[in-house]
Order: sequence, then C-alpha cells, then structure tokens
Amino acid sequence: MPQTTDQTAGQPVGQPGAFARHALTATGLSLGYDGTRIVDKLDLAIEPGAITVIVGANASGKSTLLRGLARLLPPQAGTVTLDGRDIASLPSRKVATIVGLLPQQPIAPEGIGVADLVGRGRYPHQGWFRHWSSTDDTIVAEAMAATQTLELASRRMEELSGGQRQRVWIAMALAQNPDILLLDEPTTFLDVTHQVEVLDLLHELNHEQGTTVVMVLHDLNLAARYADRLVVMRQGTIIAEGAPAQVLTEAVVLDAFGLTARIIADPVCGSPLVVPIGRFHGAA
Amino acid sequence: MTTSARAAVDAAPLVRARTLRHRRERRIVLVLAALVLVVAATSLMVGAYNLSVPDLLRTLVGQGSSSENFIVFKLRLPRLTLAILVGVAFAVSGALFQTVLRNPLASPDIIGVTGGASAAAVFGMLVLGLGSVATSFMAFAGAMVVAAAIYLLAWRGGVVGYRFVLIGVGVAFMVQGLLGYLLSRADLRNAEDALTWLVGSVSGARWPEIAVLAAFLAVLLPAIGVLAGRMRMLQLGDDTASSLGVRAERSRLALLVAAVALAALATAFVGPLAFIAFVSAPIARRLVGTGSLALFPAALIGVLITTVADFTAQHLLPGALELPAGIITGAIGAPYLLWLLATQNRIGKGA
Repeated sequence: MPQTTDQTAGQPVGQPGAFARHALTATGLSLGYDGTRIVDKLDLAIEPGAITVIVGANASGKSTLLRGLARLLPPQAGTVTLDGRDIASLPSRKVATIVGLLPQQPIAPEGIGVADLVGRGRYPHQGWFRHWSSTDDTIVAEAMAATQTLELASRRMEELSGGQRQRVWIAMALAQNPDILLLDEPTTFLDVTHQVEVLDLLHELNHEQGTTVVMVLHDLNLAARYADRLVVMRQGTIIAEGAPAQVLTEAVVLDAFGLTARIIADPVCGSPLVVPIGRFHGAA
Repeated sequence: MTTSARAAVDAAPLVRARTLRHRRERRIVLVLAALVLVVAATSLMVGAYNLSVPDLLRTLVGQGSSSENFIVFKLRLPRLTLAILVGVAFAVSGALFQTVLRNPLASPDIIGVTGGASAAAVFGMLVLGLGSVATSFMAFAGAMVVAAAIYLLAWRGGVVGYRFVLIGVGVAFMVQGLLGYLLSRADLRNAEDALTWLVGSVSGARWPEIAVLAAFLAVLLPAIGVLAGRMRMLQLGDDTASSLGVRAERSRLALLVAAVALAALATAFVGPLAFIAFVSAPIARRLVGTGSLALFPAALIGVLITTVADFTAQHLLPGALELPAGIITGAIGAPYLLWLLATQNRIGKGA
C-alpha cells in the first residue's frame, strides 16, 4: 500500500475538514498509582486526524498515559485538556461522545451476544429522553460491517476466536463513534495475520472517517508502518516524538529499549524497519 | 459515523439478534411468573383446612365465609405476601452485589452483611431486651454498619471485587464469632428466641409490617431501575464503563447502597433467610443466558425459592413441628456454593 498521508497537515485523504476536529492535550501530566509515579511531567499534543502510536519498553508508562488521556486515571499533577478545557471538569458522558478507549482486556459478561455487546457502545449517546432508535441500529450495523462482524450478530462472544472477539470490541468502540479513539495494545493475543487486519481496519477508519487514532503497540515495525506520528517513551517521559522516519533511529531504539539494532527501509512501504542485532548475530 | 462515507448497511441481522434475545428473556419470565402463580395459589389453598380453587377465588373477591376470610386474609395471604417481598429484596440485592463487584461470591449472606444484621438484632434481643420492632431497626443498622466497614476496609482509591469479597468473608467470620459469644452467655429461653430469629422465617407476618416493607421496596426498586443502564456498562469492566461515560466508582457505590438497603430491610423483617441472595441471580442468568442483568427473572427466582421453601417447611416435612423457611433455603444454597467453588476455580474465575 502506498503511503498516502501528507505529514505536514495531518489531514487524512478523502475528508478534509468533514467535521470538527477535537484537540486532546496533556500538559505537565504526572500519573501513578498509590504514591508511585509512572508518568512524570509529560507534555503531549495529540495531532487531530492523525494516527499516533506510543511505543516503549515494558513499564515505560504507555498504558498509564493512555488511561490518563482517557480520564480513567486522575492526574497527580498537570492536566489533560479537550479543546482547551480540563477533561476532568467536563461531563463524563459528553467526553465519552468525543473520546473512546478500548482497554487491553475488556470484560464480556457471560453469555452476551455480539449485537448486544456492540450496541452497548451507544450508551453515551442515550439519555433520559433519547432511547434506542433506528439511527442507533444503523450506526451499530455500520460499525459491525466495517469490522466484518455483522455476520456474527447472533453469535455469543464465547463462541468466537480471539481475532473475531477483538474485531467485535473494536466494533463497539466504533459504535461509540468517538472522534478520538484510544486503543491499548489492540493487537495483543492476535496472530500476525489478525494483527495486520486490525491495523488495516484502524488505518481505514482514520482515512475514511477522519477519526484520530492513538494506540499503544508493542511491534516497532508495525508501529512505524501505521503511525503518522510516533511517540517513544522511557521511564514515564517522552524521549522522541514525530514522523516515524525521523524518530526511529538506532540511537533512539538503544535509548528506549536498550537494544542495539539496525534500521533499514521497510521493503513494502519504506517506513523504518528495526532489525535487532542481539549477542550472537551480525558481529561486525 | 457518517452514512455518506459508506453505502447504507442493512441492520436486519442486528434486529433479528435482538428479537431472538428479547423473545428468550420474555419466555423465561412468563414461565417463572406462571410457576410463582401456581405456588402462590397452592400455598393459599393448602393447610390444616384445605380450600378448593373455587373456594379460594370466591374468598379473594370478597365472597368467602368468615372462617375462609380469616384463613386467607389473616393467616395465609400475609405470610405469602411477606415471602414474596423478601424473596424479591434478597434476590435483587444479591444480583446487584454480584454484578457491581463482578464476583459470584459477592452476596450479602456470604460477605457478612446479613450476618451484621443478625449480630445487631441478637444483641438487641439478648443484651438490651428490645421488642420486635426495635430489633428490626437494630438489624437494619447492623447490616449498614458492617457494609460500610467492609467498603472502607476494601477501599484503595477504588474498590475491587475480590478484595471486597475477601474482606467481607473475614468480617462474616467476625460477626459469627460475636453471635456465638452473645448466644453462649444468654439464658436458655431467650437464646432459643434468638436462634429462631437467626434461621429466618416468614411466619408471624402482619399487614402493617408488610405495608412498611412494601413502601421501602416501592422506593428502592425504581431507583435501581434508573441505575440499570449504568450497571450494564459496569458489567464490561471499570475501564470500558468509564470510557463509555459512566462514573464507575460513584455508580458502584450507589448500587451497593441500594443492595445493602434491600438486604438489610429483608433481614430486619424475616431474619437472615440463607442463600436466597446468593443463588437467585446466577440461576436466573443461567436460564436467560444472554448476558443481560436479568434482574426481573432473578426476582422471580427469589420469590419461587422463598415461597417453595416456606411451603415445604410448613407442610411437606415429616413431624408435627413447623420449621422456619431458612432451614430449607440453607439446604438449597449450600450445595450450590460447593458446586460454584468447584467449577469456578477450574475455569479460573475464582477471583
């Protein structure tokens, strides 16, 4: 697939300015649990309309940062703002119509059907006077069609494979219809085919709907290929940020992961490809 | 998602899935309601003086003889009504606990909430020498205090289900110890009264008490209905619920308060009828099998267990002595607990 994204403007191809872009920004953000500090005085502006991928070694604070951005974790210091307003001061349902998060291990109630689960993504759009309507049905059906889960509508979650289940969860996040979608390692537990499938789906979502995507990924090469912007974390701070080709250097990989590696161009699309060296190979 | 970006998608599979699900839930509710009706009619007809179906119908519409009126309206109907109300209260309470703490062991009778009510009630009876109304107040307060204590002890910037349950089980042992102490130092006749109360029974129901209980339920149940949407989101885990716009901790607290109030109320009126809260919702959810909250089916199961247990204790067990219903519910609940512990650990959901 040719790289079609224009790095300068962050405007996805196809829908320039189709709807209001929302700005999610962390300023001096410190996060942690029970007195320990995991994310330390971090500044990050999520680029609207782009795919941002957060990478870093285990325990570098990636998931914690994502939870902080989704206001699942109150800041110990600093703020997260949505369109310039403190996210903690906004009504939580209102935020949920703009920012959605797919956790790493969401829980499906025993016996729940696929259609029922995806439909629960509509919760923030409903209220005292607005109940389930045919519009909700249409949006849910679209979300399921986009993730190829519509034919699973009558099945139960426990009957599905890992890849199918992950697509159902993404369908639920799409049904929520957020402008900014945060995903915590959406490809864990999936084999490589399904990983690529899920990432292609998110790419499509970003390019066709203009959804801002922020996700944590483990695989550096897939991260480099799918990201418009790469954020590299180490010990709760950002050590590099920007377009993958600029950010992913041998020095940064060594710094963030303690890994000596070669960086070559991905033969498929030219994005940086990290080739680890290790102790026994390529001693030259 | 805008429709312009994609050709319109047919929502028919969705509607079909929903229709099937609703149909299944409705069928279960109808069957359970029919069973409740049969048990209710039977317990109104059968007794030392048997009534036929026409007798019962005649009496219910106000055409009965004075002895029939006495039997139905003074003896059997109050008892049945009380059994139904506490069945609903215990079952819904258990369903709330198990859902918001996401643990099948989280039930007011396992984690010491009803135990707290018992200890307080027995303290009131044996040490303070209180009458039945004051004892009920003591029971209610005891359940509230114990639940608040468990919540505070389990609090670590939020409440996690398994920690709540473990602390609750510990607290249950403590109140059990306290009960043992109170009973052992009491004089024999008083201790016997206390013991009867501790098993739980719906005998001795009177209309004024029933009206008070019904009034409380009329407030609590609609409030729970309002919170049901939030509860459905909490089923998906705190993170998903929060990202869908539910304030998880606050909603959980509100639902727990309602659940504790239900269990405390029911215990105050009939004593700690064992295991109804614990078994009703899991049975209902297994029957329905759609991942729904199944609050209504759970309430019906609670009613069925309570009424059948009371009927069995009154009429079906050998011996002249009339047993309290709590003995029967305990006999149903204990094997279920064993089965749950055996199977849940195997599939790794014990915590």
